[in-house]
Amino acid sequence: MTEFWTSPLGWTLATVGAILLVTVGVLLAVAFLLLADRKIWAGVQMRKGPNVVGPFGLLQSFADFFKFVLKEVVVPAGSDKAVFLLAPVLTVIVAFGAWAVMPFAPGWVISDLNVGILYVFAISSLGVYGIIMGGWASNSKYPFLGSLRSAAQMVSYEVSIGLVIINVILLAGTMNLTTIVTEQEGWIWNWFAFGGGAGTWPTVLIMFPMAIVFFVSALAETNRPPFDLPEAESELVAGYQVEYSSTPYLLFMMGEYVNIVFMCAMISLLFFGGWNPGFDVALIGLPDWPQWLANLFYLLVFSAKIVFWFFMFAMVKAFVPRYRYDQLMRLGWKIFLPTSLVAVAGVSAWRVFMVGA
Amino acid sequence: MIAAVAFYVLAAVTVVSALLVVTARNPVHSVLWLIMAFFSAAGLFVLLGAEFLAMLLVVVYVGAVAVLFLFVVMMLDVDFVKLREGFARYLPIAIIVAGVLLAEMIMITVAVANGGAAADAVGPAAATADKTNIEAIGRVLYTDYVYFFQAAGIVLLIAMIGAITLTLRHKPGIKRQDVGVQVGRNAKTAMELKSIETGAGLNPEDLR
Repeated sequence: MTEFWTSPLGWTLATVGAILLVTVGVLLAVAFLLLADRKIWAGVQMRKGPNVVGPFGLLQSFADFFKFVLKEVVVPAGSDKAVFLLAPVLTVIVAFGAWAVMPFAPGWVISDLNVGILYVFAISSLGVYGIIMGGWASNSKYPFLGSLRSAAQMVSYEVSIGLVIINVILLAGTMNLTTIVTEQEGWIWNWFAFGGGAGTWPTVLIMFPMAIVFFVSALAETNRPPFDLPEAESELVAGYQVEYSSTPYLLFMMGEYVNIVFMCAMISLLFFGGWNPGFDVALIGLPDWPQWLANLFYLLVFSAKIVFWFFMFAMVKAFVPRYRYDQLMRLGWKIFLPTSLVAVAGVSAWRVFMVGA
Repeated sequence: MIAAVAFYVLAAVTVVSALLVVTARNPVHSVLWLIMAFFSAAGLFVLLGAEFLAMLLVVVYVGAVAVLFLFVVMMLDVDFVKLREGFARYLPIAIIVAGVLLAEMIMITVAVANGGAAADAVGPAAATADKTNIEAIGRVLYTDYVYFFQAAGIVLLIAMIGAITLTLRHKPGIKRQDVGVQVGRNAKTAMELKSIETGAGLNPEDLR
């Protein structure tokens, strides 16, 4: 039987199965996180939030899904039809594509690339095309302005995200995401946000602020409030989404939320230990557990971290007023870029002069 | 077998989209096809085992350079008739340039196939089992070619400074936001209480 799974056909079947599993898992997670987002936002404003469909409104996202799917697709007459419909599809494909290298637990990863982190960076930089194409193809003023804003914004914040990621790569000494997580195992001070443990612990002074910079850049990269300028409703109606309705709109929104959850996963993976619970797992006798049970435990820990960061995303959306466009550019280029550049110099200096890589 | 199929698919997509870059009527479509060509070229790099280069190609060219291309081209007011106007006039020059390029490419291919002038040069170190190609590239880049690497960096820096000096304008009379001053404001510096007699009112000029 094990022979079958290593044959080309078996390998293909196993990989397709894994892809389906991850896709369905992420979709279900997004359905409930979307509800959580609305509930948290409502809670901050002392409202009840969606509470009609199903117990506590738990099925609200599914009701919304059917509402979107069953509506008519309206394609504007003056639009570039092929590009107009391609844009949301591209957004969703790219958003899900990034999950291919996400390690959920030891060994539970679809593709364990040795350039995993670069792959993530490359794929997430493609996300901007969905927005630009959508805005341009709509052949309408507000969508176009939204897509122009988004192009500049995403390129700006990718720079600081890239530099922050370099710090993590320097500490981990690898670009493989699984290895980055296993480098952080053990106690909580081994997490890269707290300097990565023995020898490199003084870098906590650099790494903790870098974790915050990454979080803020992730907000900007996913067009979340307070950086949702491409769809600022007070200025641009709904930005690049103005002309979209029904399923194409649903795809845009789904891609956006999949991206947000992915960014939450990246923060916990790069800075907060990924699936490591933050204490020595030998304390609860984990090495003796069967492999699948141990992996489920790790998956649970990882999910808890993702949910925590999603909660932070939702709270930021509820609390923080929207940035003005020049403030956004100032933050990206004049504050984050120099700070993260200095951080890279600091961490690499520590690596070279104090602790060899 | 799968690798061969993947190669032919990727190669065909690259060539077809490269062709469509030049034949597409709409410049925005051209840029989109260019992105497609970049992306499938990255796929070809992966097949060669150069996954680092593939990812860099996507990050730099697809993720940044092509976005800026698209940014500029999207804002063009395209007049298709005007675009086609000079086609016949420039065709001979275009054919000459294309012919020269084709000849050069064929000669280089032949030279590489036969060893040629570069036969004695030390080839780039291939990735081995204990050394990923990131490490291989890093070792070569930061040891053998470190001066060229630095020089390339300086060239880029100069280009950047040049672009900034060309576009930087200091306009007088513009109110700029100073975040430090705004954050440093408190009730004492930002507000003044005046007690006003009933019915007397207050002239705006009396305020600071």
